[in-house]
Amino acid sequence: MATFLLILGMAAVTFLTRYLFVALLGRWRLPAALERWLGHIPTAAFGAIIVEGTLAPQGRVRLDPANPYLWGALAAGLVAWRTENVLLTMAAGMGALWLARVVLGG
Amino acid sequence: MTETTSIERSLPSPFASGFRAALPLWLGVTPFGLVVGLLGPTVGLSGAATMSLSLFVFAGSAQFIALGLLGAGASYPLIVLTTLIVNLRHLLYGASLAPYLRAASGRGKAILSFFLADETYALAIAHCQRTEGAPSPLYFLGVGLSIYLDWALSTAIGLALGGLVPEPAALGLDFALPATFIALLVPKLEGRAPWAALAVAGAVVLVAGGLPGRLGILLAVIAGATAGWGAEKWRPSS
Repeated sequence: MATFLLILGMAAVTFLTRYLFVALLGRWRLPAALERWLGHIPTAAFGAIIVEGTLAPQGRVRLDPANPYLWGALAAGLVAWRTENVLLTMAAGMGALWLARVVLGG
Repeated sequence: MTETTSIERSLPSPFASGFRAALPLWLGVTPFGLVVGLLGPTVGLSGAATMSLSLFVFAGSAQFIALGLLGAGASYPLIVLTTLIVNLRHLLYGASLAPYLRAASGRGKAILSFFLADETYALAIAHCQRTEGAPSPLYFLGVGLSIYLDWALSTAIGLALGGLVPEPAALGLDFALPATFIALLVPKLEGRAPWAALAVAGAVVLVAGGLPGRLGILLAVIAGATAGWGAEKWRPSS
């Protein structure tokens, strides 16, 4: 039931943001400063989740080289930068994480 | 037109040409649909819930971020609020398409708005600029349904593939979502502003990560976007 409400809520806010200005016939425009701010939202959102998943994997901050997630993220970042291919990036990140766990025993 | 398939003959032509114009984008959309289907169950969603997200929300970035937040233990109201913020950019899409959709009925506008994802918008606005004022709403519908069909199919296939994996964490699948985000983020890291957004969002999430309901993630998103915006405006005095 709660999950149903989550899906309903996400569907509602997504539709609302898509429909609002179509319905208003383009008479109103967003201020340019707000447009630029909105453009940085996805970068900040993806960045926050990557940093947390990598540097605080189980809710505890780990900045040491024995943290295997650090190596997974480095490998994924390198492959993403060179190839811009999502499936190769996933494979590199997961492969490096697996290897780091074997080598570091963590 | 010497050869037309039966589908093309039975459909209004603007619809078919919109549907076809979106086919090359399937290549870019499909991997993300597969990942959404593959990862839904790893953060505790049922197959039906994973599928429903793709069918009723139909927003790649928002769905990914929701999966990330579910995995991080965020509360549902916080996930809906974050979805709203991540989707605010759709306001821009609607505002820029609205002048071209004046001819559509009220219900037509609502239906087209539902399909207004990133990829749909990119094709629709290009079409508007080509046709100089007389674009067909049916073209938009063709584009939207084409991307929607691919999103639904690839999510379903991802779900089926995920069902074949008995122990997702052992294969490193718990890292698949961060790795996907890295693939989405890295191409954006050009210039000072996105790096500032990333650095500040990362620092805030590490410091404020312990706040209840995972509120720290939302604070990090807002602080990071503000930092990116500030870095874009700021010019060093030479």
